[in-house]
Amino acid sequence: MVIVKEQDVVPFRNRVKEAAVKIGMGLVNQTKLITGASELVRNMLKYGKGGVAKIEILSTSRDRGIRLIFEDKGPGIPDIKKAMQDGFTTGRSMGLGLPGTKRLMSEFEIWSEINKGTTVTVVKWKNG
Amino acid sequence: MEKIPILRMGQFLLVTIQVDLYDQLAENLESDLVNMVKTHNAAGVLIDVSSVSIIDSFMGRILGNIATMSKIMDAETVVVGMQPAVAITLVELGLPLKGVHAALNVEKGMELLNSKLLLNKNEEDEDLEHDDNSDSSE
Ligand SMILES: Nc1ncnc2c1ncn2[C@@H]1O[C@H](COP(=O)(O)OP(=O)(O)OP(=O)(O)O)[C@@H](O)[C@H]1O
Ligand SMILES: [Mg+2]
Repeated sequence: MVIVKEQDVVPFRNRVKEAAVKIGMGLVNQTKLITGASELVRNMLKYGKGGVAKIEILSTSRDRGIRLIFEDKGPGIPDIKKAMQDGFTTGRSMGLGLPGTKRLMSEFEIWSEINKGTTVTVVKWKNG
Repeated sequence: MEKIPILRMGQFLLVTIQVDLYDQLAENLESDLVNMVKTHNAAGVLIDVSSVSIIDSFMGRILGNIATMSKIMDAETVVVGMQPAVAITLVELGLPLKGVHAALNVEKGMELLNSKLLLNKNEEDEDLEHDDNSDSSE
């Protein structure tokens, strides 16, 4: 799903919710997943000039889950370690989006290169 | 243009958030509330979030802003009816809702505000022992 404006946030969150409901994810994990998705999609809009968000359903023999991929071709993040710290912001905000989302998800990966863009991949397992 | 209604209940203002907030809507709500607190000299603001299923850092910041601004104008802010899953998520996200009180429902929220008012009033009475105008009629 292409995300270029503020009004794309809510439909995207609804799509994430549909996927979570489909695999029978409980309400608390659903809420964590959608809240994290909301943080990442807002970052993509605010700092990455928009991008593409993908939703995938994962199935293993042990569990089912949702993988979300957020890919933008924005300015990139100069210091990922810093960006992952609670309270670090260049947008005069709270600097909670990235570290908070990492806490809310089962798996969290971030790739970024200056002038190339940023990709954040997260997984939330149904029972994790 | 979509707008979030603000109800007046005595000396309190009640806002029920039923739609997902986006930037413009949230900014309008902030400024509308500040104006209402000022013109009605409101003593408290109740924000009913019982039908909100997601509170992210964006919305958390809006709630915090409202509380800070209300406080400057001598009004307390109470967030009422937060869903348990939302509360759990907020803690893990690490969002500090500074200056925001919480209550289970609107009724409990009003009780909380009333008790705060009483507390503040008693403190004032102690300061002004010989104040004859204790009857505050409008
Ligand atoms: N997609 C992105 N592209 C470029 N920079 C980014 C991106 N996402 C995050 N950043 C940088 O990382 C910083 C930290 O992001 P984070 O989401 O943790 O905090 P924030 O967005 O500043 O505040 P909050 O999310 O609490 O409103 C941002 O201030 C920004 O500098
Ligand atoms: Mg952010």
